[in-house]
Amino acid sequence: MQYAILCYHDEGHVWSWSKEEEEAVMGRLAEARGRLTARGKLGASLRLLPTTAATTLRKSQDPPLVIDGPFAETKEQLLGLYLIDANDLDDALEVARELAKANPGGAYEIRPIAVYNVDARAAAASVEIV
Amino acid sequence: MTDVAWIDGAITGARPRAVSALLRYFRDLDVAEEAFQEACLRALKSWPVKGPPRDPTAWLVLVGRNAALDGARRRARDRPLPDEATLSELEDAEVTLAERLDEAHYRDDILRLLFVCCHPDLPDTQQIALALRIVSGLRVGEIARAFLVSEVAMEQRITRAKARVARAGVPFETPNAVDRAERLAAVAAMIYLVFNAGYSALAETARAQLCDEAIRLGRLLLRLFESEPEIMGLLALMLLQHARRAARTDVRGEVVLLEDQDRALWDARLIAEGLALIDKAMRHRQPGPYQIQAAIAALHARPKRTEDTDWAQIDALYASLERLQPSPVVTLNRAVAVAKTRGPAVALDLIAPLEDRLGGYFHYYGAKGALLLQLQRPGEAREAFDRAIALAADPAQAAFIRARLDQLERDAARSDNSAHCVITAPPRAS
Repeated sequence: MQYAILCYHDEGHVWSWSKEEEEAVMGRLAEARGRLTARGKLGASLRLLPTTAATTLRKSQDPPLVIDGPFAETKEQLLGLYLIDANDLDDALEVARELAKANPGGAYEIRPIAVYNVDARAAAASVEIV
Repeated sequence: MTDVAWIDGAITGARPRAVSALLRYFRDLDVAEEAFQEACLRALKSWPVKGPPRDPTAWLVLVGRNAALDGARRRARDRPLPDEATLSELEDAEVTLAERLDEAHYRDDILRLLFVCCHPDLPDTQQIALALRIVSGLRVGEIARAFLVSEVAMEQRITRAKARVARAGVPFETPNAVDRAERLAAVAAMIYLVFNAGYSALAETARAQLCDEAIRLGRLLLRLFESEPEIMGLLALMLLQHARRAARTDVRGEVVLLEDQDRALWDARLIAEGLALIDKAMRHRQPGPYQIQAAIAALHARPKRTEDTDWAQIDALYASLERLQPSPVVTLNRAVAVAKTRGPAVALDLIAPLEDRLGGYFHYYGAKGALLLQLQRPGEAREAFDRAIALAADPAQAAFIRARLDQLERDAARSDNSAHCVITAPPRAS
């Protein structure tokens, strides 16, 4: 079974970390990641840029509506995520619109990635997705 | 359990919202600040024992408000203090009843708090000091170090600024759309002042951290007004400029021109955030000075190699900035792009009429000298560089021009005038 661990915190607090604090936390996390990767437990992980950099595609209407800011409704739940490569926001929206055509309803929040740690588990250990 | 670093971070993060809510309540900056200080003291006592509250901001607002009211009542009736246990039980009861307030709820409060710091009567330095003290919560000593003045002098500066704000009266009515737009523009300008104060410090001094504070304030403002393209532009501009900090000076502390900077030293994460924001802003098709400047910075940041910079596009953006916000400094900056696309002679013609207004401006003669050098007119170039040195604001600027002069001498010896150097003026909007 694969799990996703979703990270929640107050971004006003986290993005106010001093350089030293930031480095201390990231250092501890790098160690933890190393241990977990060695045990074959950890796949890709990523850190997102602040919500101020986010754009939301409301796909409950056709054509979908582009809104500034993060997705903030509480009646909908996080169901999954895609990692995409895009040149800029328009390019990313293009991808999102294509996905929206296949799966209308709800919304996609398009948020740039700050740090992306690739999946460093041994390639041989093929992972079954249940 | 709850460690001090966490409490410190939570208090820093909560500060703008909490102080601005207390300001709405008490309508007095000093009372609001004291109430917040008192709430912080109590948080340091209570949180390690009882664990952190669900909503630190709401906790600090309620506890601060009650503490200030108790203080006022005590002073009024001169009655004895209630004991500590009674007090903290009271606090807990109220805090559990507190509604969870989201950021939008605090929107006009925070805008008001930022806005009182940029009263037009306050000189730039006082606006910056006040915002750093009240909104960011920097200690007076830290602000004093950033501005290289004594703590006593900074304390006086802040006290004077506060007195002036108090005389002017804090605007408490809920702003209408026009007022809100005006406040937003004033606050954006003040945040950019904070940024520039930090940006002008080349070395990693106490002053340089003002850039981080300005970016933090920019993010705060954008979270409140998430569809304002100029606020996206302002934040993008600050992020893209700040991303180059480590590359702006060499090991000897001397200035490195944008085109000579080691791109590996640029902060990729800040650039990613800046680019994402300018993309968002441009979709609104409501250009403004911050967006245009950010778009220019983005054109410098986007290409992998300096030689791939789109100078024609930069020229066009400076031309629209000139129309929107005419200023000889903008024209001077545009000349840099013009020199790249249409040659140094055209650029020199463009800046020649600016000499009257920029006759006391270091960057004018630096740029003029560079263009003359490209045009193989070393005598006039030397003259311009000499004037630039005379106008240099600090030793780093002077050293930078002296290096060009030395280059000139060496080139003269080898009769090779291929030296290229263009000086970009600092990022201030005007």
